[in-house]
Amino acid sequence: MIVAIASGKGGTGKTTVAASLAAVWQGPLTTADLDVEAPNLHLFLQARIEGRRAMSMMVPEVDESRCNRCGACSDICQFKAISVMGEVMLTFPEMCHGCGACMAVCPEDAISEGARPLGEVLWGRRGDIDCLAGRLRVGEAMSPPLIGHVKDAAEKTAAARGADILYDAPPGVSCPAVKAVTGADVIVLVTEPTPFGLYDLKLAVESFAVFDRPMGVVVNRAGIGTGEGYEYCRQSGLPVLAEIPFTRAAAEAYSRGQILAEVFDEHRGRFAALAKEIRRQHAVAGEVTA
Amino acid sequence: MKEIVCISGKGGTGKTSLTAAFSHLAENKMICDLDVDAPDLHLILKPRISTTEEFYSGNQARIDPDRCNGCGLCEELCRFGAVSAIEDGFEIDPLRCEGCKLCVAMCPVEAIEFPRRHCGRWFRSESRFGPVFHAQLFPGEENSGRMVALLKQQARQAAEQRDLGLVLCDGAPGIGCPVIASLSGADLAVIVSEPTVSGRHDLERVADLCDHFQMPAAVVINKADLNADACKDIEAFCVQRGLDLLGVVPHHHQFVQAMIQEKAVTELEDSAVADQIRRIWSGIERRAGLTETQSHETTTLKEE
Repeated sequence: MIVAIASGKGGTGKTTVAASLAAVWQGPLTTADLDVEAPNLHLFLQARIEGRRAMSMMVPEVDESRCNRCGACSDICQFKAISVMGEVMLTFPEMCHGCGACMAVCPEDAISEGARPLGEVLWGRRGDIDCLAGRLRVGEAMSPPLIGHVKDAAEKTAAARGADILYDAPPGVSCPAVKAVTGADVIVLVTEPTPFGLYDLKLAVESFAVFDRPMGVVVNRAGIGTGEGYEYCRQSGLPVLAEIPFTRAAAEAYSRGQILAEVFDEHRGRFAALAKEIRRQHAVAGEVTA
Repeated sequence: MKEIVCISGKGGTGKTSLTAAFSHLAENKMICDLDVDAPDLHLILKPRISTTEEFYSGNQARIDPDRCNGCGLCEELCRFGAVSAIEDGFEIDPLRCEGCKLCVAMCPVEAIEFPRRHCGRWFRSESRFGPVFHAQLFPGEENSGRMVALLKQQARQAAEQRDLGLVLCDGAPGIGCPVIASLSGADLAVIVSEPTVSGRHDLERVADLCDHFQMPAAVVINKADLNADACKDIEAFCVQRGLDLLGVVPHHHQFVQAMIQEKAVTELEDSAVADQIRRIWSGIERRAGLTETQSHETTTLKEE
């Protein structure tokens, strides 16, 4: 089973939930931090890093001696990443999406695969849990390709042990978040009971509804704001899977990098129940499709 | 004209709540919400929309099943895994299609259409704090930074026409496309951090990003009383990196109260954090060269 922990709004507690779920999870588990722009899960899981691999994506490299300056490459490129200025070929690797269109249309076979560094994939272990993460290179604009690499690595690692996977997704509801949530069996949306939390929860529900997977809500910092979010969940048939009440002690523990389920008994019970509920949602969805 | 952008790396540190407060305090400005993916500033500013513009970005490949001969070349060529076989041919997943046109150009029977991609809307609005430019991407759309760049450019133009001295922007979390686009051409990045292990970690990432693009940056520590040691650590980091520490704001329940009342926290009558935020805003004004003192400081710097 693949579980994606996502949210519209940032800072609602995705990583808090992912770390605590990992701590109480029954059976083999692989975690993957897909918030490659601001990866934080490792600060909580404190996994021992066992390896890292630099990842890159394909960008065009032009062999000037073969190029006949016909301009077919710049005509097809939709991202303004390659152009012919008179007799000079210019490439803008940071604009490139790695689609390979320029190579495919070049009549002289003058373009080959170069590489642009994206960042790195890291892996390690915390006890019995395999932990993976991506770190986007500072200055790199595109995070989805690296997110893809982390997911591939996580799925391979998990398959070897028949492990479940927990994805800690990036905030927002656009391409990086969609890339992270794609393929998940259960989507857990972490929100907070505030107007910002509710507005962004609605965006997340709209964005991820296309995946047609069981989706439920975790209300973090319960008690700080309004009850509108619960009303919204009721009306749209979204189950509230868990509530994590706001306490100053929990906020302080978080600030120190502690895992709530490990520090507070009442949270341990709460997250164990959440894990069970997630499994139940997955099982029910399986029965429906079967 | 000056442009200030609030960013944070980590989400939920309080960018939007503070930007709303700065919008309340700043004079003679254009307000711009560059978090076009999950925009929240409008929930406080309650802007009245004057004009709505459609936003198109790039194109999207779509197979015409009547013309498709089922050869499968498109599936073979696509590097994004966007093409998949269906019962009687192939189809393209719009969520995976990057709009690169490779399949369109190579299809032997010209069966692939390439319509423009309607990605969202942007708005010119008025609010009690002044004009606001804001936007909303459609759910799941690509946030390539193009919408951010367009919104900024439009906001700047309008600010110039209206003789406004400042464009005050709320940015997105992270360090990727939308954040990079929001920093382009700005005068000052205000980094809203928090004294947590995540806040500290992501502050460093976003400070590195500002260095990478040679963007002057200054730091606010929000929720400062949550962890005194982490606060000191952030202060030390700022000194080490030569980042101005503009001030600290405590973790206070009034931020949520203000949000519920659709107000900036500085608008509350009994606001417990207004003084701190005012001081921080004065610091930003000086730092961005919006006040007289700055021109003096600049001269001194030049003389040195």
